[in-house]
Amino acid sequence: MRLLTGNDLKTGAVTWWTGSDWSLHVEDAADVSGSEDEIARREESARRVNAPNAIDAELQDGSPRPAHIKDRVRALGPTVRPDLTLKPADPEIGNWVI
Amino acid sequence: MYQYDHYDQAMVDARVEEFRDQARRRLEGQLTEDQFKPLRLMNGLYLQLHAYMLRVAIPYGTLNGRQMHALADIADTYDRGYGHFTTRQNIQYNWIKLEDAADILADLAKVEMHAIQTSGNCIRNISSDHFAGAAADERVDPRPYAELLRQWSSFHPEFSYLPRKFKIAVIASDTDRAAMRLHDIGINILRNDSGELGAAFYVGGGMGRTPMIAPLIREFVPLDQLVTYAEACLRVYNRYGRRDNKYKARIKILVHEMGAEEYARQVDAEFAHLLEQGVEPPLAELERIKTFFVDPAFASDAGADIDRSDSDFALWLDRNTVAHKAPGYTSAVISLKPVGGIPGDATAEQMHLMADLARNYSFDELRVMHTQNIVLPHVRKADLHNLWTALDAAGLGSPNLGTVEDIIACPGLDYCSLANARSIPIAQQISERFAASGKTEALGQLKLKISGCINACGHHHAGHIGILGVDRKGVENYQLLLGGSEAEDVSLAKITGPGFDEAGIVDAVETAADIYLRERQDGERFLDTYRRIGMDPFKEALYG
Amino acid sequence: MADFLRYRGDETVDQPAVTVDAFLDQTNASAVRVEPGDDARALIPHLGQIALVEVNFPAFGDGRGYSSARILREAGYGGELRAVGDVLVDQIAYMRRCGFDAFEPDAPLDPDDVEAALSRWPDVYQPAADTRVPILAKRHGSAS
Repeated sequence: MRLLTGNDLKTGAVTWWTGSDWSLHVEDAADVSGSEDEIARREESARRVNAPNAIDAELQDGSPRPAHIKDRVRALGPTVRPDLTLKPADPEIGNWVI
Repeated sequence: MYQYDHYDQAMVDARVEEFRDQARRRLEGQLTEDQFKPLRLMNGLYLQLHAYMLRVAIPYGTLNGRQMHALADIADTYDRGYGHFTTRQNIQYNWIKLEDAADILADLAKVEMHAIQTSGNCIRNISSDHFAGAAADERVDPRPYAELLRQWSSFHPEFSYLPRKFKIAVIASDTDRAAMRLHDIGINILRNDSGELGAAFYVGGGMGRTPMIAPLIREFVPLDQLVTYAEACLRVYNRYGRRDNKYKARIKILVHEMGAEEYARQVDAEFAHLLEQGVEPPLAELERIKTFFVDPAFASDAGADIDRSDSDFALWLDRNTVAHKAPGYTSAVISLKPVGGIPGDATAEQMHLMADLARNYSFDELRVMHTQNIVLPHVRKADLHNLWTALDAAGLGSPNLGTVEDIIACPGLDYCSLANARSIPIAQQISERFAASGKTEALGQLKLKISGCINACGHHHAGHIGILGVDRKGVENYQLLLGGSEAEDVSLAKITGPGFDEAGIVDAVETAADIYLRERQDGERFLDTYRRIGMDPFKEALYG
Repeated sequence: MADFLRYRGDETVDQPAVTVDAFLDQTNASAVRVEPGDDARALIPHLGQIALVEVNFPAFGDGRGYSSARILREAGYGGELRAVGDVLVDQIAYMRRCGFDAFEPDAPLDPDDVEAALSRWPDVYQPAADTRVPILAKRHGSAS
């Protein structure tokens, strides 16, 4: 599957296209295969996203998991500061990233 | 240290308002990201892996307590309570909002700081010797020359859209503590046979994907022609540096392809022309700047005796203090490399403490080292125990300056969108491994430097041991390098062979360290032994 | 919106600009267009007959045109120096300092933004091709 990701223009936060809006959580991301360019153009010109780009992912336990480690680090936060990630209380989350 | 006059302040204030206007135009859609990017970069604002990142300039690594307090306040107010000190003597914040960026710049301007030209294809923050003004072995304080070049290069109308970024370092000692010859321009302030001060120019060094050691381009530029000569160096580069390939656009490629002699000849011709144009600032300006860098009022009766009965303190004393030019004083290094910690990171609380300690013990002055530690440059020996006690209580007392635990590491894949592999976890595991094995002491000086990609922000080419993270089919992989040095005995490290996985690279570093311990002769550092015995014994042990 | 800005009192040159190579071949032209890779110094022997030099910026990030402009002014060129191409409002203050006195941008500029950009800087640190006295000289008694 393909996911569309970018950053919020004002805050810089990593965001994911859900099919109708942008979410901070990769679990909410929708498959955009085939329509990624059109959505990216439209959302960027409306300034609802900055620097959008589409990435490869696969479904794992019903949730999208980006194919490349860089996108997984991006989805979660720095592995060396679990307290600053989106899942500070999940001790197993490192295995999802690496 | 240098203080702004009304001119400097007005320029920095104007820059804040310029950026506020640019950010507004971006948020309102008048600027595209392509148009805004070079503008935000020239104010140090990147779009990184997780958010915007702001890099704040610390000119030649010197700052006072009030400035350090302000950096801590920014970490608390606009970021997540910490900052990262970099190999360019700057500080970076990782979680910045674009809508806050102009306010942060305004806060910085209140304490005579800025983020001007901390990124972009322009002349970057000038770096220097972190012991400048304190070192027992310096000829003169190099910082006035760095400050003169800072002002000259700020908002330079001709050199703001260079082929690529441009980094200048200035030192004034035979000992190179600033990786001078691994810069686009390295300047060494020295005396000629008549005893006059001038500048030796080395041009075309750098790390990155094509590391090069800068050749000497001119042995002696008189001080009243320093800026003119720099201008000539830059003009030749701006006109003829490659713009067809980003990876070949640094001046090192121009100097290499053209040849150092031909480059020097073209610079000489431009220099002769520019001397007639009158671009040199008055020498009186250099003299004015020098008045800001006079010695603080060192006590003439500062005692040299230190009570070494506390063994933990004595260890820190031996490792983390450096000879000072004034009797009874020393430069004390605050390690930002706790075992298992993140190299170069400091919390807002720690920054506040360092600022207070600088005020109490170091004439209100601090320095950022390119090795990502902090220096209190002028500490009375009699105050060292009190200083160490306060540092140790705050987790800042690690006695590991220059050891295998004192690792340079770039932010790597944990923070950086360019990275191919994580750097910080490798640094953490290596420092933990050596601290646990107790070998740190035996290994002595061992400079270990880790980069998460070939851009080499972690200076891996210049490590006695270097580590380069690469992406091998989506998996982190680490190459080992041996034999580099950024110092006066500058050399570029060589790759040992095939790379290792995360656990393997930590083992490999220990294997290399063990070969040194087995082979070393009296007084040899790791680097000396490597240079004497060569790569083969290490390869043999690593790959069998 | 402005698609041509000029900061000179004399008449606009209407002649089409020729390339540097063409100019050097047939020396009766009075308008020349300098591309980023051209050596502006090749024009120096002929400055007396030139009334317009266009310096092209195919992409705003290619800064060679700044050096070309300053080199021509340093050689005493007094005619029109026009920046053309990908000329954006955030670059024109530096361009003015390097000696440009006319702008013909691909995309029109907002006159208010232009005015703000050109009046932004209270002072300058270094000398260039304009007449502004740099801070480093002002501090030591040069006329402000």
